[in-house]
Amino acid sequence: MDIFVQQLINGLTLGSIYGLIAIGYTMVFGIIGMVNFAHGDVFMLSAFIALIFFLILTTWLGISSVALALLIVLVIAMVLTSLWGWAIERIAYRPLRGSFRLAPLISAIGVSIFLSNFVQVAQGARNKPTPPMIRDVIVLFQGENGYNVALSYKQIIIMATTAVLLTIFWYLVQKTSLGRAQRACEQDRKMAALLGINVDRTISLTFVIGAALAAVAGTLYLLNYGVVSFNDGFVPGVKAFTAAVLGGIGSLPGAVLGGLIIGLIETFWSAYFSIEYKDVAAFSILAIVLIFMPSGILGRPEVEKV
Amino acid sequence: MSAGTSNPMQSHQSAAAATHQPLLSVRGVKTYYGNIIALKGVDMDVNEGEIVTLIGANGAGKSTLMMTIFGNPRAREGTITYAGRDITKMPTHDIARLSIAQSPEGRRIFPRMTVFENLQMGASINGLAHFDQDLERVCTLFPRLKERLQQRGGTLSGGEQQMLAIARALMSRPKLLLLDEPSLGLAPLIVKQIFTIIKELNEKDGMTVFLVEQNAYHALKLAHRGYVMVTGNITLSGTGKELLENPQVRAAYLEGGHH
Repeated sequence: MDIFVQQLINGLTLGSIYGLIAIGYTMVFGIIGMVNFAHGDVFMLSAFIALIFFLILTTWLGISSVALALLIVLVIAMVLTSLWGWAIERIAYRPLRGSFRLAPLISAIGVSIFLSNFVQVAQGARNKPTPPMIRDVIVLFQGENGYNVALSYKQIIIMATTAVLLTIFWYLVQKTSLGRAQRACEQDRKMAALLGINVDRTISLTFVIGAALAAVAGTLYLLNYGVVSFNDGFVPGVKAFTAAVLGGIGSLPGAVLGGLIIGLIETFWSAYFSIEYKDVAAFSILAIVLIFMPSGILGRPEVEKV
Repeated sequence: MSAGTSNPMQSHQSAAAATHQPLLSVRGVKTYYGNIIALKGVDMDVNEGEIVTLIGANGAGKSTLMMTIFGNPRAREGTITYAGRDITKMPTHDIARLSIAQSPEGRRIFPRMTVFENLQMGASINGLAHFDQDLERVCTLFPRLKERLQQRGGTLSGGEQQMLAIARALMSRPKLLLLDEPSLGLAPLIVKQIFTIIKELNEKDGMTVFLVEQNAYHALKLAHRGYVMVTGNITLSGTGKELLENPQVRAAYLEGGHH
């Protein structure tokens, strides 16, 4: 029981981070039908931005309040990563729009390789640690073997941030004119333009939002693990993409739900079976779910009356 | 669209009539799909306050002309002028912002948005400024839509989608309304209703209408002027009445049809 509760907490924390990254995949896929393979590396890049600014703020500028430093870091990481997201779309994807379907996909893989190599060259190949930012935990109860089931402050921060951001972006997409324009471009770009929607700008904004959320995920990742390396974009990126597909690609709540499921499978499998096979377990569940629900858990069915 | 706005529109109309400048003017426009030529040098005008119709067989290039006016596909040669401005190279979304609206071929309803949201999309260019008022207005024109406001666009019947496409175009309070085959696939009674509505919009609100139709009889009866298009060329033009009586038009588009 004690291990179960502890793993539940850990799984939800990990799943929240996957979910935040997955939103970026799902929104971009929704609007231009492209898998943005560089998104995982954008996430990694944002973790480095967070790391650098956290060190600058705490050691050079001497900000002693970790909460304040984290908040400033979060804002800076979101702004800078958004700029990266915008620039990547502008340079690597927009010129290929209207080209054959695989062209932007190949370009995305190129951007992914570029970003991880860029960070490797600029920051070095070794793991970059931060001093632990938040250590406090709340002990929920003591288990049978004297094992404390704990909920750490950083886990609370991670889950709460995900919940709040999902609510905000869900509202944005469902209720605001920007979100409507986004959905219109998703469903019929040509018609959206006929109604006065600037399609290019809407697509740019989608990339910017996706990158901003990846930056939140990157900052939270750093907060959780306290270490980041140049190749940390790949595996979390693939997991988050899996989460997006599992939840139903194109669906925002689906992305977060998928993220939570992947996170939970991973932690529980590690705890009860074998840690080496946690990824096998996650991807096997994906395969099984997709056999029975080809459009994902919350995805829309393909059939449509026209 | 309401009584309050019809006055400035009429004064605008008389100003345009004084200078005799057409609201929309297409000159020598050639459009290609890849290497295939679809429009072979089209000339036509739409004057303010008119209903102008373009008739022709399937594949003549009528819908291509509609879309070329909006720059998608773009005219490779020739010029398109709207209210004295050259819009030939203007981005599609900027053209829409000049208060030209289109109910396009195939209706192009957003299938996973509700009817209400589809109408909100129609009012995008003026930021929903007159939304409630205009919503009421289109619901009066198309009572069927009012019952279906919260239903997804993709679940509507063909006729309802057609009504929604026209209603959505009206939501931007256009000065020029482009309608591509509004009668396509509709029951005769509803076709009649839609043509009555077009006439009302023109007469009461002073809206200029450019209408592409295969239903030549109804279209020519309604329109002030008409053009006939054959494989990418305008072959005939004249008033609606003249074209209705023209033996060529009768032979090609009317005999065996209504009347």
